[in-house]
Amino acid sequence: MQTKKFSGYRRKELFWLYLFVAPPVLGFLLFGLVPMLFSIYMSFQDWDMLSDPTGVGLSNYSELLKDEKLYKSLYNTVYLMIGIPIGMVISLLLAILMNRPLKGISVMRTIYYLPVISPIIAVSLLWQWILNQDYGLLNNLLWDWFGIRGPNWLGDPDWVKPSLILIGLWGGVGGNMVLYLAGLQSIASSYYEAAEIDGAGAWHKFTKITVPLLSPIHFFVLVMGIIGAFQSFSQIYVLAVDGGPEYSGGTIVYYIFQHAFEYFNMGYASAAAWLLGILIFIVTLIQFKLSNKWVYQD
Amino acid sequence: MKQKKIANVWAFLILLAGTVFMIAPFLWTLSTSLKEQRNVFEIPPKWIPNPATFANYNEVWEQSPLLNGFLNSLIIVVTVLTIGLFVSAMSSYAFSKFEFPLKGVLFMGLLGTMMIPYSVVMIPQYIGFSRLDWVDTLLPLIVPGLFGNIVVVFFLRQYLAGALPNDLIEAAKIDGCSFPRIFWSIALPVMKPALAAQAALGFMGIWNDFLGPLIYLHTPEKQTIQVLIASMQAMYVSQSNFPLIMAAAVIAMIPVILVFFFCQRYFIESLAISGIKG
Repeated sequence: MQTKKFSGYRRKELFWLYLFVAPPVLGFLLFGLVPMLFSIYMSFQDWDMLSDPTGVGLSNYSELLKDEKLYKSLYNTVYLMIGIPIGMVISLLLAILMNRPLKGISVMRTIYYLPVISPIIAVSLLWQWILNQDYGLLNNLLWDWFGIRGPNWLGDPDWVKPSLILIGLWGGVGGNMVLYLAGLQSIASSYYEAAEIDGAGAWHKFTKITVPLLSPIHFFVLVMGIIGAFQSFSQIYVLAVDGGPEYSGGTIVYYIFQHAFEYFNMGYASAAAWLLGILIFIVTLIQFKLSNKWVYQD
Repeated sequence: MKQKKIANVWAFLILLAGTVFMIAPFLWTLSTSLKEQRNVFEIPPKWIPNPATFANYNEVWEQSPLLNGFLNSLIIVVTVLTIGLFVSAMSSYAFSKFEFPLKGVLFMGLLGTMMIPYSVVMIPQYIGFSRLDWVDTLLPLIVPGLFGNIVVVFFLRQYLAGALPNDLIEAAKIDGCSFPRIFWSIALPVMKPALAAQAALGFMGIWNDFLGPLIYLHTPEKQTIQVLIASMQAMYVSQSNFPLIMAAAVIAMIPVILVFFFCQRYFIESLAISGIKG
């Protein structure tokens, strides 16, 4: 009797379990897997969404690999990643400075975090004005304080990417700082005490204890940073209209967007999207493989 | 001891300098938005607008259906967050506390979704939704979110594993509590802090989303606030009407900043938790 009753309960439980996990699984099929497979098919088609799609074999891919703008957008996307390690260093330093009993620390933490939550479109508009060549705040201050004639930040192909990195740093260090702060607070003080007894100085404590023990956070910030950089779009849309001067600011997602929703080359854009997807996959895989070598786990 | 004090003073000064760098762009935006256009190009730049005027805000509000924009953004955020978070909570409960056939495969499959970048599915999704005649409606931005979010499921699953003891579920079972009832009255209350943290993050993500709304929404009355603000820039930047653009930027920022100040705890917490768990 007892076992039968339980199997009845179990059967009911299984029903509920499958019902509970059904929505995300269904969502994955409908909005993930099926579109993904369809996108493979699309990448072999020529389609403007008006007439019927025609199969063109690999020609989307071969055309793609011949397009100079694709390489530019790849280069730009990777170039912008320079901001990731710089941001990591700055946010770690900020977190270390903040990890002490100072007056007004919570107010400062809030202010550092403010750009993180601000809408990226509004942030881009604000920087567009600050970086204006003739009347922007930055160039005016550079001239007043240092007598430096500032560059045409967003108008000069050489300066577009550094400008984007600067904006990214301003908008991103606060978030990573909070992560690092949480990490710092989880390091047991006994490590430092033991090191002090052994006569370790501040620099040694920093390089031999703080930095390695925070490696899971370095890893998280790095992986998320790279994935985010591969997807950057909104700030490019506002700050580098049409990809910016000489396409110096166009990223790979911007390239895909243009081909899909401005030129309506759906097949060609799908091929480009696949290229990006595979790239992200490979890079993420490499990172996870390498992580065994340097990420500290307890 | 004295050395430590000096170090603290230095830390404070460096952080203060950083704070100025972080907040100055906001203040400059605010200041510009209150200036008349002819005063914007003064050199050296003035921080306090004189005369100060709210005319830019009025004009922006009249030029663009911003109220609609707010409402559209709000509709998307509220529906996706309430239903999506609830659905995510349901499946995270099932995944974290129970064994069932195919569990591993299903979970791994879902984790795989996290690897698919939006740009890969963006085009086929667009084609699908345009077949359904959903372009220029909010539906393509709402419906996919109703099925829950795998990142949230993953996060909540981790949280439940630590926060909800199995014994509690077993005890409720013995007392004759049904499966949905246990979820509703035991698991869900336990998840509250984690849900609040995810709601905070989700709000930011959805409210600030741009690419999706940009692709789908074409009529100004149907656009979200971000798309409206971005299109405003295209209109006014050629006239160098920076006070107007800055007023628009301020309007777009106010709701997020307000939400942030009221729910600050959840933001910082959510980020901290997800970071360590991640």
